[in-house]
Amino acid sequence: MNTNNLNYLVNSLYLIKPELVISAIIVLLVLVDLIMLKNKKLLPYISIAGLLIAGYFIIEHFETNSFAFSTSSSAGMLIVDPFGNFFKLLIVFASILVVLFSVTSVEIKNSLDRHGEYYALIFGMILGMMFMASASDLIVIYISLELVSLSSYVLAGFTKQSLRNSEASLKYVIYGGISSGIMLFGISIIYGITGSTNLYEINSLIQAPQVQSLTFLLAGILIFVGIGYKISAAPFHFWTPDVYEGAPIPITAYLSIASKAAGFALLIRFIKVTFIQSIDPEGFWHLLSIIDWKSFIIIISILTMTLGNFAALWQSNMKRLLAYSSIAHAGYLLLGLAVMSNEGITAILIYFVVYAFMNLGAFFVVMLIANKIGSEELDDYKGLSSSTPFLAVSLSIFLISLTGLPPTAGFIGKLYIFIALIDAKMIVVAVIALLNTVVSLYYYVKVLKHMFLDKSEKEIPAISTSYASAVLLIAILAPVLVFGIYFTPLVDLAKSSITLLGF
Amino acid sequence: MQNFPILSFITLLPILGMVIILFIPKKQEIVIKSTTLAITAIQLIAAIILLKNFNYALGGVNDPSSFQFIEKFRWIDITGFSWIGRIKIDYFMGIDGISVPLVLLTAIISFIATLSSWTINKSVKGYFAMFLLLDTGMMGVFVALDFFLFYIFWELMLLPMYFLIGIWGGPRREYAAIKFFLYTLFGSIFILIVMIALYFSTTEVLADGTKVFTFNMLSMMNPQNFTATGILSPLNPNNLRLIAYIGLFVGFAIKIPMFPFHTWLPDAHVEAPTAISVILAGVLLKMGTYGILRVCFPIFPEITRQLVWYIALFGMINIIYGALCALAQKDFKKMIAYSSISHMGLVLLGMASLNSMGITGAVFQMFNHGTITAMLFLIVGVIYDRAHTRGLDEFGGLATQMPIYAGFTTLAFFAAIGLPGLSGFVSEAFVFLGAFGFTSIRTLTVISTLGILLGAGYMLWAMQRVFLGSLKDKWASLKDLTFREYAMLVPLSLIVLFLGIYPATMLNLMNSSVNAMVKFMANAQTMYGSLLH
Repeated sequence: MNTNNLNYLVNSLYLIKPELVISAIIVLLVLVDLIMLKNKKLLPYISIAGLLIAGYFIIEHFETNSFAFSTSSSAGMLIVDPFGNFFKLLIVFASILVVLFSVTSVEIKNSLDRHGEYYALIFGMILGMMFMASASDLIVIYISLELVSLSSYVLAGFTKQSLRNSEASLKYVIYGGISSGIMLFGISIIYGITGSTNLYEINSLIQAPQVQSLTFLLAGILIFVGIGYKISAAPFHFWTPDVYEGAPIPITAYLSIASKAAGFALLIRFIKVTFIQSIDPEGFWHLLSIIDWKSFIIIISILTMTLGNFAALWQSNMKRLLAYSSIAHAGYLLLGLAVMSNEGITAILIYFVVYAFMNLGAFFVVMLIANKIGSEELDDYKGLSSSTPFLAVSLSIFLISLTGLPPTAGFIGKLYIFIALIDAKMIVVAVIALLNTVVSLYYYVKVLKHMFLDKSEKEIPAISTSYASAVLLIAILAPVLVFGIYFTPLVDLAKSSITLLGF
Repeated sequence: MQNFPILSFITLLPILGMVIILFIPKKQEIVIKSTTLAITAIQLIAAIILLKNFNYALGGVNDPSSFQFIEKFRWIDITGFSWIGRIKIDYFMGIDGISVPLVLLTAIISFIATLSSWTINKSVKGYFAMFLLLDTGMMGVFVALDFFLFYIFWELMLLPMYFLIGIWGGPRREYAAIKFFLYTLFGSIFILIVMIALYFSTTEVLADGTKVFTFNMLSMMNPQNFTATGILSPLNPNNLRLIAYIGLFVGFAIKIPMFPFHTWLPDAHVEAPTAISVILAGVLLKMGTYGILRVCFPIFPEITRQLVWYIALFGMINIIYGALCALAQKDFKKMIAYSSISHMGLVLLGMASLNSMGITGAVFQMFNHGTITAMLFLIVGVIYDRAHTRGLDEFGGLATQMPIYAGFTTLAFFAAIGLPGLSGFVSEAFVFLGAFGFTSIRTLTVISTLGILLGAGYMLWAMQRVFLGSLKDKWASLKDLTFREYAMLVPLSLIVLFLGIYPATMLNLMNSSVNAMVKFMANAQTMYGSLLH
């Protein structure tokens, strides 16, 4: 009996190789930090190496479709499937970029003595996010969510240099604490009704008609609160602008991509696995009628994008502006889920790849500019086109892509969302989303206006970009333009990643 | 010649030029300007070669086999799953008699506008890079036959236009630029939605026998290609074709600009530098009417027939309203801008007649308006460069001070009024004759002719205020035209004169296509009617 138990653990280990690598790196980072007190230069190299190894293992097992840690009585704690692997890969990719950003960031450099904690905490987040992308059990979901949250609370206030830094961290803790408490309450209700925490088991249990739907509805929405907070969907978005503004820029960029991606992976898996009844040959899902997820998500997504876009109109700080823009993008992404079809999910995956490039790129430029002028205020961006044409043009391309104008990759991302919507005959929703795009144009172009059209009152010295930063920037910029014109590989990747275990 | 991809060449050449310019050092302004001039000159030569090799007998419109200079290859091909079919987008270009005049117009106007941009001295490199990008966008719209490609080009010119107005424009340039941007993007979202909806309603049979959805505009024109359940398929009893048509029409109408979506135009024109006003009036406005003629009409022929009275009505409102506004202007450039609105109304009216005469008039009017208005804006530019004001009341008696300038202005004004012997007359006459021949819009046509009268009113009045009377002392030092200005105005004047005396060159060019279009539109009722039963 005992050996059996151990066996099932050991047998599953090969499925979580990437996660094991990440855990090992955490330990390694802490040890290296302790042993080499003075020399912190090694840490980013270790991080990148670890991430590359983890990425290799993910790709190696990309096509796997299996439960991990299942016993005779339980389906399994984790799932390894192409869908989860896609998000893990995305997280690893974003992490590599963020580590590279951190190396060039002046803010982070200024707190050199605590670099060991910095990278260890980032890896803590990575580990949590990877589990979020593959969790199939409510307990694992909760624990991984908390792991991500706790690491990011600290990271948001990491530099400890300004008041807004600590404020950001504190706000994050309070909002995070409340929403995870609410989520835990929802989980407990579901456990109370079904007696199980495994999503697959819950799904088979609630197929029965006698489920108390009202209680279940309440529990479902309570869980959504926890996830909605992670993806900053309205009305759980209040923390986003403050935290994004206060946190160091690499962390802001990281929160806007990686933790959002993990949140979406979790949300999609939770809704699809728990509430699915059948999938028709056209790829549309038929969910159990306990909760009308479709209407619910449509309302949330329209609320999210409209609120994000309109609030962004009045922002005068670049980080806050990008924070509201990231809220709006969460709204567009939710639309892909609202379609409730495989096509919608494909659109989300495409959008995420594109969004990772353009949003990380935008934050990177904002960081490079902040490194030199020490500010993220829009007013200080005046006349940047003459002092640093390269950065100004790059930022413009990222912002145009975020607006979704061709021929940039952002257009392709939006296009697939709208294709999914129109194929599902959700025309009105598509029109609302597109009108939102027009609104968003105004604030993105406002940044362009400051950089190109306005003249600076004060003299700005020419801003030079280091060779390494320029190469990294071009490496992020190129896909934004290339995928805008030739997007076959992008769509192929998304289509092959659509498989969730069991469906 | 047969194998040379001339349409890609003519469209993508400016982008190549843009890349070259980006590598020229910022200080070498004259090199940058000359490069742009060379690029647009080559483009113009290519357009003339295109014209020489154009077969006048082929109709085009909805028939893929009679399009010319076709370039078609697979651009995006994504194999499908059971739940979503194969996604296929073609790089598909081709021209017929309706697009040829506009391709030629774009090449001419781009060349002239480059000459006109010679006086730009603020960040020259950025200006000409944006200018060439704009050129590609405009040309691409007129040659694309795949809706997706069409849309990419359509959107491509938004950003350069924003910068060209916003950086190099007048005092209120930022407001004008963002207004232009927001208006046109608002219009293009409707185009995007209808494009996707049409995609899911149209199928195309590939060589290997599989049926796939398609963005091919020509396939969308054949009712046989529609799916049974597509939301824009006439076979679907609950189709949304009427709503889609209105959305698409509004998308294009904003560009024309059609009343009540016209308010961006006066702002954009007044603030834009001369060369950009020339491009804006000369080419950009035509993209709206071209879009209606190329997309709305043949893809939704039955709806077009249903709504033709309203199209004519809005044409009439544009003509009268534009003219009345022009009459009230004190700013020379603003007056020309409103006269554009009035003249574009004629294009709408001509298209609404749905007969050969009217549509020929409409297409011809697009070309003529392009050349004449380009001249008018250049003329405003000439005086503004010298006097730094455009107030119509501030001048007087300039005819004695600048006689040659006055001569060219008279020619352009008379062409705009529609004086016989100049190109404007022919197209206006065709539009009115065509529209009058269509009984249901006859009343609207009769009212529209009032626009001619008003046109003569504001043009002649402006003439009187600027050129006649006594010369004010402060203008006594104004110089007459320079060589560069001759180089811009003479070719345009020759075109205006030549097409006024011998319009057949242009009319023959579009004849087959216009007839094909009219025939197609006339058969639409029976064709779509029989599908439903």
